[in-house]
Amino acid sequence: MRKLLLASAATMLATAATAEEVKIGVLLGFTGPIESMAVPMGAGAELALKEVSDSGKLLGGDTVVPVRADSTCVDAAAATAAAERLITSDGVKGIVGAACSGVTGAVLANVAMPNGMVMISPSATSPSLSTAEDNGLFFRTAPSDARQGEVMADILIGNGIKSVALTYTNNDYGKGLADSFEQAFTAAGGEITISAAHEDDKGDYSAEVGALASAGGDLLVVAGYADRGGAGIVQASLDTGGFDTFHFPDGMVSDSLTAKFGDAIDGSTGQMPGNDTPGAEKYAELVNGAFDATAIFSGESYDAAALILLAMQAAGSADPSVYKDKVMDVANAPGEQIFPGELVKALDILAAGGDVDYVGATAVEFLPVGESAGSYRVVDVEDGKFVTLGYR
Amino acid sequence: MDILNAVVVLANFVLIPALSYGSQLALGALGVTLIYGILRFSNFAHGDTMAFGAMVTILFTWAFQNMGISIAPLPTALLALPFGIVVTAALLLATDRVVYRFYRQQKAKPIILVMVSLGVMFILNGIVRVIIGPGEQRFEDGARFIINARQFKEMTGLEEGLAFKASQGLTIVVTIIAVAALFWFLDRTKMGKSMRAYSDNEDLALLSGINPERVVRITWILAAILATTAGVLYGLDKSFKPFTYFQLLLPMFAAAIVGGLGNPLGAIVGGYIIAFSEVTLTYAWKKVATYFLPASLAPDSLMQLLSTDYKYAVSFTILVIVLIFKPYGLFRGKAV
Repeated sequence: MRKLLLASAATMLATAATAEEVKIGVLLGFTGPIESMAVPMGAGAELALKEVSDSGKLLGGDTVVPVRADSTCVDAAAATAAAERLITSDGVKGIVGAACSGVTGAVLANVAMPNGMVMISPSATSPSLSTAEDNGLFFRTAPSDARQGEVMADILIGNGIKSVALTYTNNDYGKGLADSFEQAFTAAGGEITISAAHEDDKGDYSAEVGALASAGGDLLVVAGYADRGGAGIVQASLDTGGFDTFHFPDGMVSDSLTAKFGDAIDGSTGQMPGNDTPGAEKYAELVNGAFDATAIFSGESYDAAALILLAMQAAGSADPSVYKDKVMDVANAPGEQIFPGELVKALDILAAGGDVDYVGATAVEFLPVGESAGSYRVVDVEDGKFVTLGYR
Repeated sequence: MDILNAVVVLANFVLIPALSYGSQLALGALGVTLIYGILRFSNFAHGDTMAFGAMVTILFTWAFQNMGISIAPLPTALLALPFGIVVTAALLLATDRVVYRFYRQQKAKPIILVMVSLGVMFILNGIVRVIIGPGEQRFEDGARFIINARQFKEMTGLEEGLAFKASQGLTIVVTIIAVAALFWFLDRTKMGKSMRAYSDNEDLALLSGINPERVVRITWILAAILATTAGVLYGLDKSFKPFTYFQLLLPMFAAAIVGGLGNPLGAIVGGYIIAFSEVTLTYAWKKVATYFLPASLAPDSLMQLLSTDYKYAVSFTILVIVLIFKPYGLFRGKAV
């Protein structure tokens, strides 16, 4: 064991001394429940690494080498071991990952913090990571699930809605979203008349709707799924006349909902993740069909990798303890806006001592806690169709 | 204080839903109680018999819809119902021939027959899923509402709307007809009388020259009629999904046991007791109370005794209470 450690230390020293090859860990769930998502995620991250490496402009000519490791999504021990290997044996200077919230928390606490390693996760969305202790080492390009609740409360208050009934699908997604919404909405002066769970896939929702309608409210917030219980709730509400306007979070904003109810739900509102910057388009151009650029969290992965390298350039060092303070600077204004495919331009600006505001594929804008604010498309239903009203 | 609005709210969210749900349960419980009375075992396959009957009816409905046959404003499913009944009856008779008769001739204990019916349940379960799939199927057509909430508000000028779905009206009417016909059959016809005799005392019935196999066959046919009708009505009113019929098994048995197993009248009363308990105990009474009470007494809380999550717990609780204090049921059926 000691020999192994010595050997790893020696390798690390050697790498640092030559300073020609910067290794970046790509720690994603290549096996396990999100393995199908991991393919375009890993490709996205490596695309950014290659773009920078090929330019030869990082830190005066360093090349970038990706090192893949498997975080499995569910097995914290395996993820921790994989991260340990990346740092001690491969000597990476930054980690893109991990993929799922649980293992990300474990890797952060057990590996990244003790080793002082910077981690940028493209897809961990649990609200608990916002408050996890991280010594300024952890960032994420995916918004916290809590964020949608705040945005939703904002939209409703903005529409002059003061009191709503709330029903959510009885799982982690529904419960988490309902909690964050309830918190944000009551903090903004709104009133939740009732917060009731519903089970998916039941035949009959009239009892649930009876309770919701009795509690009353300006409208009904349905944090469920458009193809399952959420639609049943809407159906029963319309049938009994309990509610005829609704607010739909992302799980409900789907064409199958409008196909089913048409103009009966006119006047309802909703929101789903989306942004109006040209970033996504430029990302698709850059990918050029090599993999699915619209796949979920693929753009976030590209952005996470790009941010690590740009922060290194801004700090003039590949040392995580130095460049970790620059991540926020390159992600947010002020500075020149940077889109996918423009990393070389950003490297030039940073080398000349200028400022960049990295926008990337997913309109990255970091909140003070070091996570993407997330941008949402606000919609309403007009003539039985979802119509985009704006972005926030 | 606004009694009229209070009554409308009550009718809209409690009376009408509970009445139609109670009717569907009553039809299901009648089938359970009939089998128990005559064949002397609890038929756990009854819920999936309902699913099977509803499925066959749906297939016929789709065929009719494709051929353009309709009886608007009534749903086409009503036209397909007799075909569904025939196929389901054939299935039940075949099951009896292949499975149950063997155990009957062995004079197997009721508990063995219960386990056998459990096996039949799993097989039916599988058949339904293989044929129509586990997902939700929609087959209702014709008029959706007898009166909808918006029309009612415009007509009466009241603040609260009242919705009465066509499927709810249909459920109640069909239940009345089916129950009346069943009681007429049991009380007035020779076959009905021999069935009751067989149920009361098997040996004496045999000595009087009643053909037991014929009684059994008629019982299965009646069970098929009741199960298919209940299944189709439930599917029309709510939605058809094989799994929800399996879930109905508990409230149906609760209804039959509360009323007294083997007692048809008890099954009907039990169905409505279960349905009204489920709905009223999980209903939030705030709105009704606000209309009903003077403004100074208006409640702040929801006045909801149980969260709707506990709907099925209500049937369980009633079942347990009845078994403890009145094991023969309200209308004195056979001991469980």
